[in-house]
Amino acid sequence: MSTTAINVAARLESVVGADHVNSSSESCAKFGVDEVAPSVVARPTSSAEVVEIVRFAKSEKLALIPCGRRTKLGIGMPPARYDIALDMTGLNQIAYYDPGDLTLSVDAGMSLTELADALAQQKQFVPLAGPFFEECTVGGTIASNIGSSLRPGYGSARDFLLGAEFVNGAGTFTKSGGRVVKNVTGYDLHKLLIGSLGTLGAITRLNFRTFPLPEGYGHLVGAFSSVDSIVRFQAMVAKSPLTPSSFEILGPEAADVVAAGFKEHRDSALPSWLMDGAWHVCVGFEGPETVLRRSSSELVHYAQQCGASSYRLLEKSDEKSFRVGLREVVKLLLSFGPAATIFKINVFPGFTPDAIKLHALAQRFSISCCILASSAGPLYFTLRHDNLKDETIGSLAHIASGVFEYAAEHNGSASILFCPVALKRIINIWGPARNDSALMRRVKKAFDPENVFAPGRFVAGI
Amino acid sequence: MHVDCKGDASLTIVGKEVTYLPAENTARNPLHRDVIRGLQNILGASMVLHRPEDLLLYEYDGSVEKGRPGAVVFPTTTQEVSQVVRLAAQGDVPVIGRGAGTGLSGGALARTGGIMIVFARMNRILELDLENQRAVVQPGMVNYELTRAAEPAGLYFAPDPSSQKSCTIGGNVSENAGGPHTLAYGVTSNHVTALELVLPDGEICRVGSRHGDSVGYDLAGLFVGSEGTLALVTEITVKLLRKPESVKTLLAIFDRVDDASETVAEITARAITPAACEMLDGWTLRAVEDFIHAGFPLDSAAVLLIELEGLTEVVAAQVAAVEEVCGEHHAREVRVARDEQERELLWKGRKNAFGALGRIAPSNYVLDGVIPRSKIPQALRQIQEIGERYNFKIGNIFHAGDGNLHPIVLFDPRDAGQYQRAIEASAEIIRYCLEIGGALTGEHGVGMEKSELMPLLFSDDDFDLMRRIHDAFNPRSALNPGKIFPLNKGCGEITPRAQAAVRAVPL
Repeated sequence: MSTTAINVAARLESVVGADHVNSSSESCAKFGVDEVAPSVVARPTSSAEVVEIVRFAKSEKLALIPCGRRTKLGIGMPPARYDIALDMTGLNQIAYYDPGDLTLSVDAGMSLTELADALAQQKQFVPLAGPFFEECTVGGTIASNIGSSLRPGYGSARDFLLGAEFVNGAGTFTKSGGRVVKNVTGYDLHKLLIGSLGTLGAITRLNFRTFPLPEGYGHLVGAFSSVDSIVRFQAMVAKSPLTPSSFEILGPEAADVVAAGFKEHRDSALPSWLMDGAWHVCVGFEGPETVLRRSSSELVHYAQQCGASSYRLLEKSDEKSFRVGLREVVKLLLSFGPAATIFKINVFPGFTPDAIKLHALAQRFSISCCILASSAGPLYFTLRHDNLKDETIGSLAHIASGVFEYAAEHNGSASILFCPVALKRIINIWGPARNDSALMRRVKKAFDPENVFAPGRFVAGI
Repeated sequence: MHVDCKGDASLTIVGKEVTYLPAENTARNPLHRDVIRGLQNILGASMVLHRPEDLLLYEYDGSVEKGRPGAVVFPTTTQEVSQVVRLAAQGDVPVIGRGAGTGLSGGALARTGGIMIVFARMNRILELDLENQRAVVQPGMVNYELTRAAEPAGLYFAPDPSSQKSCTIGGNVSENAGGPHTLAYGVTSNHVTALELVLPDGEICRVGSRHGDSVGYDLAGLFVGSEGTLALVTEITVKLLRKPESVKTLLAIFDRVDDASETVAEITARAITPAACEMLDGWTLRAVEDFIHAGFPLDSAAVLLIELEGLTEVVAAQVAAVEEVCGEHHAREVRVARDEQERELLWKGRKNAFGALGRIAPSNYVLDGVIPRSKIPQALRQIQEIGERYNFKIGNIFHAGDGNLHPIVLFDPRDAGQYQRAIEASAEIIRYCLEIGGALTGEHGVGMEKSELMPLLFSDDDFDLMRRIHDAFNPRSALNPGKIFPLNKGCGEITPRAQAAVRAVPL
């Protein structure tokens, strides 16, 4: 450990107490971001302590990165500076929960599963169904804005986040929004925190609208031989009165990934209803028995009309494991091989027959790939390279520029969610410069005038 | 921050490089004739109003506030808006955006004079993408006109404020407007995916995307609801929703207000999730019935207007569940609207209620507090108690399912004592809402009406950050000055001005 590091740790101890500070190289390594390790890890247990730590960092001109369970710290550019890891898992309680009002206020460091368990006792939940569900924190889920498979049915975080408390870069504790379901009092600053990757402040508490757990679930999985028929099926469902809770399109190579996830939870072989080499559509629906029956029969009808080569309504016993597999696809993709490269592409409308152009792009460099799209959310395009050689990284960079062009052609945007650090050294994962970059920098400066939080990690050099 | 009051009404804010409210008396000073000439050069003489008699109409909106602009202009393109803003910046003249002027918090009033940009001529649909359920519209587009255009394809624009037949989508965006059906479908911000903006220096920029997601911070989420204090909105991309397969409208009639409010709490607790759930108390509904003839029972203590939408199977189950809850809470009767005509009549009664109330008192003050739904029964009892203590009749007609209260205090502004007591009673109600975990405003906005109450909810540190965001986009307070932020630090007082004439207030 360097002298500077010892100094920082010692002085930080005097601010928040030795119990909350850890500067062992082992701990610091655990909190590393893109191969940059902090010199100390601080674990506050109250928002007042977060304020003290941020003020300390600000006055010492040190850089902080707020962390939860560190499952998604790979998102973003390598930090320009990184001195203190702010481990938020010490703030982990439900601060307020009014099941009768369907509203909740929860500490950012609470894990999603613990929260889910607590809400399930009241037959309620928060529809944040993203990868790493079993490990990650509520705060990390919001700060990373990682996708949720339930978006078609429940919207994204901005639709049900009611308010937030956070410590901004000036070292002051601030709040935005409230705890009620409808509120236009003041600026909606909490919306800016969604997907901000810790660049605007340390989120200490989040207020959500909760939802009743559905009475039952169903899932239709259909295999299609062409993307055109998938697009037709998608349009037919969109125009129907049905309200699916999830709608995912799996490219031919994604089926085995989902199957692997399924296997992990069910300990069984590749399910017979996933067809090797086919495009699949997985439609989730929920509600009382009458709705499940109606959704099932209509979805089967649409699948038949669109020429599905096979389709299956999942049995109750398979359905839950399958849902977990779908939720965890991104995590599964990352667990195969040394490092996958996952693009998040926001184009409109989301999935068109054009998506196969992405396949061609990867094939040109002989890298296997995989497409995963949701009817409401982004399109995930994954490159599954089996090594990190310079040549491979070079190919990834070429493919990346192709993906950014694809997004621009479709009036959208794209970024790289996860990739090897080596790739981040040669390209900007946030894509080409944007015309709203100047506005983003103004927001950053207002929240964090001295650039204390996660410098260099975000869009536009933020 | 130190506020130094000089003379009559001019305010200077000392100790900070930024002035949030330019000299208040500019309202009385006509704009310099060079500015008027400049505006005429940009837009043509017929598109610039500047004679006092022409400006009179633009002194008011749907609130009890007042403020006269120095000129009113009607641009037709984003370029023209940008040119007007540049001209204003050169002369240090404030700019205020305005839609139809139906707002209820003074958001679209020229508090300190300046140039008012009225978007009435920027009212076109630029693109209707029915296949993908998106529309691109200009800010002056009337809310209901968009729904009418999308209806043949089975689509509609979800936010439905009571003024939807006259209010504009630009105004909805500024205020983040709600409406009865936001209970199920969310407020305006949930339906906006992209914006074109004109910044105070005239720069034109775009935020968000057709899709909704884009790389970086959710800037569209910040600008929606910023009440015209950060930028002017010149183009809006919105989502269109598909009309539900089945709609059932219920009228539940109660002999006790408590029973009605407990029914709402129970419907929420059982998570039945109606599309809309509105409450009218007996006194209010009698005033409405007299005027609208919606079919509300004159001898009831309260009614709930509940709408259930969705799949036929879902709606059938929800109707049964709602009827059961109503029965358990001693509803005298639950009527189901038999056809579209009956349904429309019930909604007409609800949406015109405030206009009807205007007929029975010289003036009124409408609050917009939000409370947790589980606390509706106790809040209504408290409001009743406050009314009795101040000797006022306080009507209640509100979005019960959202916990968005609209207590309406009726008073005679010519009686100074009454006016003062009305203000005090209103402040007490708002404080109570906040005490039980609520918010100051659910859908009407802060504007100039509630800005002095903001310190009840936000700390100095909260204001510091909001001000830094304000200054990041609108550093000289050139856009819509004197809104949202309190001018008198820490007073927490309501300041409705006396109303000379009664106007219908749709909510």
